[in-house]
Amino acid sequence: MPELLYREALRRALDEEMARDPNVFLLGETIAERGGSFKVTEGLLARYGPQRVIDTPIAEASFTGMAVGAALIGLRPVVELLFIDFALLAMDQIVNQAAKIEFISGGRRRLPLVIRTQGGVGEGLAAQHSQSLEALFYHIPGLKVVMPATPADAYGLLKSAIRDDHPVVFIEHKRLYGVPGPVPAEETLLPLGSADCKRRGEDVTLVSWSFMVHRCLAAAEQLARRGIEAEVLDLRSLVPLDRQALLGSARKTGRVLIVHEAVRRGGVGGDLAATIMEEAWGNLAAPVRRLAGRNTPIPYSRNLEEACIPGVEEIAAAAAELAAAGR
Amino acid sequence: MDAAPSDKENGLPPRALLLAMYRHMFATRRFEEVCLDFYRRGLIRGYLHSYIGEEAVAAGACAALRPDDYIASTHRGHGHCIAKGADLRFMMAEILGRETGYCRGRGGSMHIASADLHHLGANGIVGGGIPLATGAALGIRVRGGDQVVISFFSDGASNNGVFAESLNLAGVFRLPVIYLLENNFFAVSTPIECATGCCELAGRGPAYGVPGVCVDGNDAIAVWRETRRAVARARRGEGPSLIEARTFRWGGHHANDPGQYIDPERLAGWKKRDPLALLRRQIDDPQAVADVESRVEAELAAAIDFALDSPEPDLPSFLAAIEP
Repeated sequence: MPELLYREALRRALDEEMARDPNVFLLGETIAERGGSFKVTEGLLARYGPQRVIDTPIAEASFTGMAVGAALIGLRPVVELLFIDFALLAMDQIVNQAAKIEFISGGRRRLPLVIRTQGGVGEGLAAQHSQSLEALFYHIPGLKVVMPATPADAYGLLKSAIRDDHPVVFIEHKRLYGVPGPVPAEETLLPLGSADCKRRGEDVTLVSWSFMVHRCLAAAEQLARRGIEAEVLDLRSLVPLDRQALLGSARKTGRVLIVHEAVRRGGVGGDLAATIMEEAWGNLAAPVRRLAGRNTPIPYSRNLEEACIPGVEEIAAAAAELAAAGR
Repeated sequence: MDAAPSDKENGLPPRALLLAMYRHMFATRRFEEVCLDFYRRGLIRGYLHSYIGEEAVAAGACAALRPDDYIASTHRGHGHCIAKGADLRFMMAEILGRETGYCRGRGGSMHIASADLHHLGANGIVGGGIPLATGAALGIRVRGGDQVVISFFSDGASNNGVFAESLNLAGVFRLPVIYLLENNFFAVSTPIECATGCCELAGRGPAYGVPGVCVDGNDAIAVWRETRRAVARARRGEGPSLIEARTFRWGGHHANDPGQYIDPERLAGWKKRDPLALLRRQIDDPQAVADVESRVEAELAAAIDFALDSPEPDLPSFLAAIEP
C-alpha cells in the first residue's frame, strides 16, 4: 500500500469526491490561494477553480451558515473551520440550524454538510488555539462526530462523510497532519460508526480516538514488554458510536481505560464509561477508568502544555494498574 | 492606492511626545526582530505575528491616551502592548514562556497583556476584542468618568459580525470607544479585495452613526492627530469614532508564513515609507533619535538577560492548582 501523510490522505479524499460529484465544493479561510493553513487543500484551487474552492473572509458564523444554506438546496459543501476553537463563533449555525433542520422538517429535508476542523495541543498555540471540543458536538442530537487517527481512516471516513446526507463534524488533529501511514491505492470508503481495533489484547482495553490512539498504541507496546496485552480500540467516530465494538471489547477484557485529550470534566469518556457500566457490568472485572486532559485552559509554556494531556507513560501506568485490579 | 495622503493640519505634537512615539516604534521593531530570531532558533513556540511595518498605528494612537484609558489588542499585539507602556522584560519573559512574564508563561505571544497597563487583552480570536472594548466603554459609562477605550483590530476583523454589532451598539449608546481599524490589506493571506465588495472601510462607520476617517497608518503623527480628535470627542460624551489606518505588514501572517502572496514591488513601495524613517524625518534631530535608540537597545539587552535567566513556570504548583 502506498504511504500518505494524514494531510495528503484528506486531500485525496476531497479531490476524489470533488471529481466524482460536482455538488461538492469547499469554503473556508485561506483554503484556496494558500492551500489551507495546514496545507490540506493545496492544489485543489488549480484543479477545480474558484467557484468550488472558495476563500472566505474571517466570518465563521456567516460562511458556516452559508454552507448550511447551500446544503439546503442540495449541494454538498465541505466547510473548513481553521481551528475548532473558531467553531465557537459559528455555534448558532451548527447547533441551532444545521443540527435541527432535518428534524424540524419532519425528516423531509436532508442536510449533506461536512464541517472540517482540527483541534488539540502540541505546538505552543496556547488557550484559544489548542482546545479539544468534541464533547460540545457529541452532546448535540443531529450531528455526527468523526475523529480519525490515521491517514487511511482520514481518507476513508472523509469520503463517507461527504457522501453522508446529514451534518458531520469532522475533527482532525494538528499534530497528525504530518504523520505518514499506508492508504489503499484503490478507492475505499469506511462507514461512519465503525470502530477499529488497532491492536488485539486480552488483559485490558484502551478506548481512544484521534491523536491519543497513537499514545495508546505506544503504551500498549510498553505494556507488552511487561507481559500485559492491551487491546487498543480506536472509535474513529463518536457519533454514530460503534456500541457493539465498545461493549464487545469491554466484555472480553473486563477492564477498560478510556483515554482522551479533551478535558475530563464533561468529556465524552464519562458518557462512554457510564454506557459500559450500564450495559456490560456483569462482565467487568474492575470499574471503568478514564485518563483525560486536565481541567484547565491550555498554557503556552512547553513544560506546562505537555502536562495537560495524557502521556504514554501515564497511560501505561494506569493500564497496568487496571490490569492488576479487581476481581 | 494604498495610503491616504497625510493630514498636515494642526501642527506637530510636542517634542517629548514625538520622541516617546519614536521610542515605542523603535522598541517594537527591535523587540520583534529579536523575537523573529529567537523563533527561528526554536526558543519561541506557537504563532508569532509580527507588527513590523505597522508600528506607527499603535504608537500614534496610544500617544493620544492617558495612562488610565484602556486598549484592547489583537493577535498581532506586541506593538500595542509596548505603546501602552509595557516593560520589555516582562514581555520577553512571556514570549519565552517564563514564570516572570506578564501572563506567567501561560499566554505567550498571542496573549501578552497586563491589567496594570489598562490593557484589556491581546486576543487569539480575530475580532474577539471588539465587543470587549465596547463593553469596557459601557462599563466606563455605568461607573462614571471620562476614560476612553481604543479597540485595535484589523481589516480582517472588520468583516466579522462582531464588528457590525459592536459599532451599532456603540453608536446607539454613544459609548467612549475609538475603533482603530489597522488596514494592512490582508486577512491572513486573503487580500482585502477578495474579502469585501467595498474596500473603503472608514465608510462603514457612518452606517451606524459612527464618524469614520481614513488616515495614513505609516505616519505616526497623522494617527496621533486623528486619534486625539476622536478621544476628545469620546471624552466629551459625543460617542464613538472609527479610524481606518492604512498600513502594511512587512512579512507573512506569522513567523512561519513566508508571505509569498505579497507582491514584492508593492512591499518595496511600503518599505520606502518605513514608519520609523518617516517619524525620524519629522523629529529632525539625529542626536535625540540616537539617544532614544541606544536606551532601547540597553533595555532590550536587559530584557533578554532577564527573560533567559527567569525560571520556567513551576509544574507541580500548576498541577496542584487544577481541580481533579
